[in-house]
Amino acid sequence: MTKTMTCVACPLGCQLSVTLDGDTVVSVTGNTCKRGDAYARTEISNPVRSLTTTVRCEGGLHPVVPVKTTLPIPKDRMFECMKLINETVVQAPVEVGQVLIHNILGTDAHVIATNNN
Amino acid sequence: MLNYDLVVIGGGPAGMAAALRARDFGIRDIIILERAETLGGILEQCIHTGFGLHYFGEELSGPEYAARFIELVEDQKIEYKVDTMVTDVTEDKVVTAVNKTDGLLKIQAKAVILAMGCRERPRGALSIAGTRPSGIMTAGTAQKYVNLDGYMPGKEIVILGSGDIGLIMARRMTLEGAHVKMVCELMPYSGGLTRNIVQCLDDFGIPLHLSTTVIATHGNGRLEGVTIAKVDDKLNPIPGTEEYVACDTLMLSVGLIPENELTKNIGIGMDRITNGAVVNEMRETDHEGIFACGNVLHVHDLVDYVTLEAQIAGEGAARYILGQKAAAAEYLTLTAGNGVRYTVPQRVNIRSEESVKVYFRVGRIYKNAKVVLTCAGKVVSSKKKVKLAPGEMENVIIPNEVLATLTVNDEIKIEVEE
Repeated sequence: MTKTMTCVACPLGCQLSVTLDGDTVVSVTGNTCKRGDAYARTEISNPVRSLTTTVRCEGGLHPVVPVKTTLPIPKDRMFECMKLINETVVQAPVEVGQVLIHNILGTDAHVIATNNN
Repeated sequence: MLNYDLVVIGGGPAGMAAALRARDFGIRDIIILERAETLGGILEQCIHTGFGLHYFGEELSGPEYAARFIELVEDQKIEYKVDTMVTDVTEDKVVTAVNKTDGLLKIQAKAVILAMGCRERPRGALSIAGTRPSGIMTAGTAQKYVNLDGYMPGKEIVILGSGDIGLIMARRMTLEGAHVKMVCELMPYSGGLTRNIVQCLDDFGIPLHLSTTVIATHGNGRLEGVTIAKVDDKLNPIPGTEEYVACDTLMLSVGLIPENELTKNIGIGMDRITNGAVVNEMRETDHEGIFACGNVLHVHDLVDYVTLEAQIAGEGAARYILGQKAAAAEYLTLTAGNGVRYTVPQRVNIRSEESVKVYFRVGRIYKNAKVVLTCAGKVVSSKKKVKLAPGEMENVIIPNEVLATLTVNDEIKIEVEE
């Protein structure tokens, strides 16, 4: 079986063609870099996405500070992570790169600040 | 009157990169004037990732991308003023600005870089019938509410326009618990990056209705719903296809307009397609010593390209200030041939000693087409492209050895061949 998908690893958006034997990836074509190959393989076995959102922050210039996960997290756990992130409140000052939530829900990804506030 | 070698108007990615490059070329006396309360420009509210893959070779969020340049501006001790609004620039490069601490500022510059960015096309620019309740806003305004001010502007959302900001906001609102009912797009294709359709809409099962627009808004006080309709190939709504969609928020992502009031006041020649200045390969306008770069020049899809363009303008301005400008310039206006909507730069100095990279956009989607560069009737390059789309900027290089063979009466043409 062949599946087509758009690679989201970068803004190029290569059209990938994935040849499958059952659940096993036989080959990936259409990618212009090795990240496309990796993307197609994880997309079949365990789709993951980077999560970016904001965390409440008291005492800063803005009432929220932007954050991201240091690793992509399983796609089907995004809303679970959002719930925890939205229950979190931090105190200013916060610096770019500061870890605000360690190893969120056991995903190995940390939630870090992406701006100063 | 204050005196500076270089005044940069706008402290977003374009302004910062231009100022930094001018500093690299030895210009000491630089000031950046920024309207917002911090440097960084629109990147400050673009908290999603996808920035910097070309320039830094890693995927950053908007604020992280901006932070790298802010840090360099600080390290290089480049002077800047925030909360400062430039109200006028004259032909002889006198910049007038206002802020709360200095009051009225007048600065005589040797060179000026225009880096004011762009703004969103507002609701008033669309002729949507119906009432004028609250709950109708541009996607960028909603993005500021959510990402900087920390509050949600609505619960049941319809988005008109599938540009990248609209797509990004569809995901953002969904993650924060809102219900994004649909994204409507007037054109038969999306104006956004394909990856954003995948990761912002498909991932969350948000439908994208192409060739569809909003023809009326309903509700008093707060928006209660919109009427959508399919459009024909002339983009006119088709009678009988109207559908009522209940919602409390309509977000508009219907295009960006370079913010060129200052540019036009100077009397700089404008390009009617880009809505930005006409520039040469150093991004210098038709007024010597006044340069433009970034989204004020033409709307970019990637900030990485903004940075690269701003560096060219920064170098151009530095060379101008240092008196290193090529003496005998001979300009040739490029021809945007079949399928090409516009090129930047629009004109090229054929006496330029360096090859010139020309950026351009196509007018519609092409599959398996060729981008052909013809100089003086000879095909210089013909590049195969699997896909060309209006949302994705392309480029072609005019080699310096080809430029050297041209005269002002020759034609340089970029076109798409199917």
